[in-house]
Amino acid sequence: MSECMQVRHLSKHYARGGKHVIAVDHVSFTIRQGECVGLVGESGSGKSTLVRLLLALEHPDQGEILFQDMSLTRTNRRVLRQLRQHIQVVFQDSTASLNDRLPVWRSVLEPLDNYAHVIPVFFRGVVLSRREQAERLLNIVGLAREHMDRYPHELSGGQRQRVCIARGISLCPQLLICDEPTSSLDVTTQSQILRLLQSLRRQLNMSVLFISHDLAAVAQLCHRMLVMQQGRIVDACKVDELWLAERHPYTKVLVSAAR
Amino acid sequence: MKIPLFIFMGMVLYGFFLILAFTGSWLAPNDPLLIQMSERLQPPSFTYPLGTDHLGRCILSRIMAGTHTTLGLSTAVIVAVAVIGVPIGFLSGYKGGRIDAWLMRVADGAGALPEFLVAVAVAGFLGPGLWNVLLAIACVKWIAYARIVRGVVQTEREKEYVLASIVSGSSGWTIIRRHLLRQAASPLAILVAGDIGRTILLLSALSYLGLGAQPPAPEWGAMLNDGRPYFQAAPALMLYPGLCILLVVLACNMVSDGLRDTLDVRSKQRGIEI
Repeated sequence: MSECMQVRHLSKHYARGGKHVIAVDHVSFTIRQGECVGLVGESGSGKSTLVRLLLALEHPDQGEILFQDMSLTRTNRRVLRQLRQHIQVVFQDSTASLNDRLPVWRSVLEPLDNYAHVIPVFFRGVVLSRREQAERLLNIVGLAREHMDRYPHELSGGQRQRVCIARGISLCPQLLICDEPTSSLDVTTQSQILRLLQSLRRQLNMSVLFISHDLAAVAQLCHRMLVMQQGRIVDACKVDELWLAERHPYTKVLVSAAR
Repeated sequence: MKIPLFIFMGMVLYGFFLILAFTGSWLAPNDPLLIQMSERLQPPSFTYPLGTDHLGRCILSRIMAGTHTTLGLSTAVIVAVAVIGVPIGFLSGYKGGRIDAWLMRVADGAGALPEFLVAVAVAGFLGPGLWNVLLAIACVKWIAYARIVRGVVQTEREKEYVLASIVSGSSGWTIIRRHLLRQAASPLAILVAGDIGRTILLLSALSYLGLGAQPPAPEWGAMLNDGRPYFQAAPALMLYPGLCILLVVLACNMVSDGLRDTLDVRSKQRGIEI
C-alpha cells in the first residue's frame, strides 16, 4: 500500500490567557492508501487541533504534512486548492456543519460547485442535472428524494450527519477525515452511520482518519489506531493488538474504561 | 409563499406611497408650485380636493409631489448607505486584524455623533439643502450596516459549515456570497425597513427646521413648517402632510417588526397565502 498522508513532527501551540498551551506536540504518523486509521484520546488531548492542521485550516508552528508527497504546509494557494479536492471532512456537530439557511441539497453539492470539472465515479457515463446529482448523492448515504428540499433543522441528527457524509464523499476524496462523526448521535444511529462509513470506504477505496473517543467504534471501523494524550501520540497499534500486555499505560486506562 | 399579515399590510401601505412617489407629480390635479394669492386657504373643493395653503397652492398636489422627495430620497440614501456599509462590514469581519481594528475605530468615531447633530453641522458648513442633509445621514448611517455584517461574519466564520466550505475548496469570496450574505440578509432586511422609516422622520424633521428641502420645493416636513402659523385657522395645512409622514413611517415599522418576528426559518409562520 502506498502512503496517502504523512505527518512529520507536527507541533502547534496557543497562547491562551497568557498561558502557553501546547495543543499538538511533535506528532508523526502515516495513513496508507485505503486504510482506516482511528485516533482516540480524551477531550482536550489536541485531536481537534490536529484535525484543523491536517485540513490546512491552521498553520503548524513546526513540522510538515505530506499528502501524496506534496506538502500541505509549504505550498501556495493554488496548489492547496487542488489538494483540498482530495481531502474532505465530516465534523462532529452536524447542526453547525450545515448552513441552516440552505436546503440540504445545496449543501451536498457545494464541493461539486467548487470543482465543476470533477466527475465522481458515481456520475460517470450519465448526464445529470444538479438536482439529480444531489439526489443520487443523498441516495448513496441512504436518504430519499423527499429529504432534498428540507432545511437542516427539519432533519434528525442522524439524517443531518448523512448529509454531511454525502457532501464529504461527493468529490470521491482520497482521504476522509471524520472528526467524532458519531459522538452526538444515539447508539442505534451511531452504528448505522459507522456501517455507512465502512461500506463507503470500501466502495470508494478511500483512506479514513476516524477520530473518536469511543474505542468500540474505532475497533469496529479501523485497521490501526493511534492514541493521543496531551498533544502527543503515546501509542500506535493494530486494532486487534489493543488488548495486548505491552500497550502504553494510557491505552490500558482507555481500554478498561471502555469495558 | 406565506407572508405574515403584518408585513403584508405594511408592504401595501409602503407600496402605495412608493407608486405615488413615481407617479405623484404626474397624477397631481394642479401645479404644486403655482402661487395664487386669490385662492389662499381655500376649503376642499373639486378643484382642490384637500384645499389650498397660505399661498393658494393645491395641498393634495404638493403632498403628491412631495412623496417623490421624501420617500424616494430616503429609500435611495438607505440603499446607498447599505452598499457602502455592507462591504466594509465583510472586509472588517472577514479579514480581521489591523484592517478590522482600523475600520472599527473609524466607525466608533463617526458613530459617537448623533446623526441629527451631524446633519445640523453639515447644514451649517455647506448650507441648508436636501443633498447636504442626505450626505450627513449617509456619513453616520453606514456604521450600523457595517457593524451588523461584521457581527454576523464574526459569529459565523468559525462555525463548522464555513470550515467545511473552505475544506471543499471555496474561496473567501464564495463563502461570503454563498453563506455569509445569506446569514446577514435577515438582520439587514430588518434594519433597512426600519431605517427607511427613521430616515423619513429625520428628513422631515430637518426640513421642518428649514435645513432640508428649501422653499418652494414641496416636501412634507417643509409643508408642516409652512402651515405652522395657520394651524388654528387652517389645520389641514399641517394635518395632511403630518398624516402622510405618520402612515409611511408606520408602514416601515410594520414591515421591520414583522420581519423581525418571522425572518427565522425555524419559526412557524402564520399569515395569508400570496
